[in-house]
Amino acid sequence: MEITKLTALELGKKIKAGEITVKEAVQAQLDRIKEADGAYNCYVTIMEQEALQRAEEVQKKIDAGEFADSPLAGVPAAIKDNICTKGVLTTCSSKMLGNFKPPYSAEAVEKLEAAGVVIIGKLNMDEFAMGGSTETSFYGPTRNPWNVNTVPGGSSGGSAAAVAAEEAFFALGSDTGGSIRQPASFCGITGIKPTYGMVSRYGLIAFASSLDQIGPMGRDVSDCAAVLEVIAGHDAKDSTSMDAGDYKFTEALVDDVKGMKIGIPDSYLGEGIDEEVKQSILAAAEVLREKGALVEEFHMDMTKYAIPAYYIIASAEASSNLSRYDGIKYGYRTPDFEGLQDVYKKTRSEGFGAEVKRRMMIGAFVLSSGYYDAYYKKALQVKALIKESFDRAFEKYDVILGPTAPTTALEIGANADDPLKRYLGDIYTVSANLAGLPAVSLPCGFDSRKLPIGLQLTGKLFGEKDIIRAAYSFEQTRKYESPIKEKEGK
Amino acid sequence: MIITDETIKYVSALAKLELTEEEKEKAKKDLGSIISYMEIINELDTDQVEPLSHVFPVKNVFRDDVVVNGPDRENILSNAPETKDGCFKVPKTVE
Repeated sequence: MEITKLTALELGKKIKAGEITVKEAVQAQLDRIKEADGAYNCYVTIMEQEALQRAEEVQKKIDAGEFADSPLAGVPAAIKDNICTKGVLTTCSSKMLGNFKPPYSAEAVEKLEAAGVVIIGKLNMDEFAMGGSTETSFYGPTRNPWNVNTVPGGSSGGSAAAVAAEEAFFALGSDTGGSIRQPASFCGITGIKPTYGMVSRYGLIAFASSLDQIGPMGRDVSDCAAVLEVIAGHDAKDSTSMDAGDYKFTEALVDDVKGMKIGIPDSYLGEGIDEEVKQSILAAAEVLREKGALVEEFHMDMTKYAIPAYYIIASAEASSNLSRYDGIKYGYRTPDFEGLQDVYKKTRSEGFGAEVKRRMMIGAFVLSSGYYDAYYKKALQVKALIKESFDRAFEKYDVILGPTAPTTALEIGANADDPLKRYLGDIYTVSANLAGLPAVSLPCGFDSRKLPIGLQLTGKLFGEKDIIRAAYSFEQTRKYESPIKEKEGK
Repeated sequence: MIITDETIKYVSALAKLELTEEEKEKAKKDLGSIISYMEIINELDTDQVEPLSHVFPVKNVFRDDVVVNGPDRENILSNAPETKDGCFKVPKTVE
């Protein structure tokens, strides 16, 4: 048995049963990372010593009967590098935070640790989570385990690739405009972007605060539901945190969609979508119909306005949030400067990469006097219209079904000189962030190049259980396929 | 929307960035195409629409003001590029 091929819940069960020790699990994961990460570059930081030490502590507690209600106790996991880990480098894959060791851990990390999870490392991403390919990382691109010449998606590309490449049992990602779901789609794994406010953002380094949300990425729906159950919850330290009441997401792991109403927006299958992706999504819809769901297409007309509204709002918030990087309190500072203005300008010009600078300038533009009403205010009005269109859809449907992305993984370097073209790849994911809705991406097939296709299921506010049930039911018809083949003789 | 040299100068100053000539040219081209694309939202009539910042209705939540975090000066300052006497050291701010 190869330990690293187990799902997180399978491993947790074997640890509880005494079949595998926590140390064995951690060591197996570290060995796998050493063997594979040269090819994929998923990790920015590997926490070898910390993880081995923590494995012993967790084992002692399990032996003493603690963590009885915690199915993930002893399971190693990795964290996207924009989520703070106390005393451990948290870089946002930027030169700007290349030496930043947070004095505290994110609430989501604290919750994982309280559940007995062993944090094993920090994962690569697009710089400050701005991008959909993990190519904007200061620490080099991550490569897709299905084909190393293609991107893993982004911005949580390190998280998705690590889970697919068996370099992590599960990972935390963050999703501002699709950054959990699109890389999950490109790497053939499952990822959930929860309802805005479901998971505390305390300790998540801010990109666009009204859209950012932490979520789980794993090899199947059950792992993601179990992780979400641990990290969700109201947190007084995050003023936008909500009390959802019901957090028993694993109760929704039920293979039954009889009578569930599922709508497919016509605009999600129109212009710009790859034909193979479209066919795969329609086939997935058919599977759910055969299982008893009521599936139909419906007209949704706001889709094309989501990208401009999203990029205006996200860039505006980014330009404001990233003004904190001034070379004074933490992070990079330019070595040569004359006076205060100079230290700001040089630090920021040297510390940020091209995509981050572009977003901050777009943000500064849409917020500047003279343009504020025409762009920023207008985008907030469009956001209201987008939310209304979803409200109308959810009067008729429990779940909205569509593709996660219009294509499968692109070649590394594709559209490098055309940022607008890159932005348009987010067409099916940004709406969930604008409207605050939960959405899951899970694998539903492959294209002719054997690159994974992702199915996206979107739920109503706090409708996590609906999308988990639909995703789990679909998953029962399709075995998880790994890009890493079984090793001979094991 | 045509992005001019002046616009780039203005937004880079707002963002506190110093751009090379090459970066300025690239920014002019990229911001031009991106911002022009954004203008399709003008097709929508939003005169009667309230701008939406929060998806949920936001209300004040009151609680007692109790200190829950202890002093952590050493840890916090350990990330600073330069410190002096337990403080952040900054360049001269007034002439």
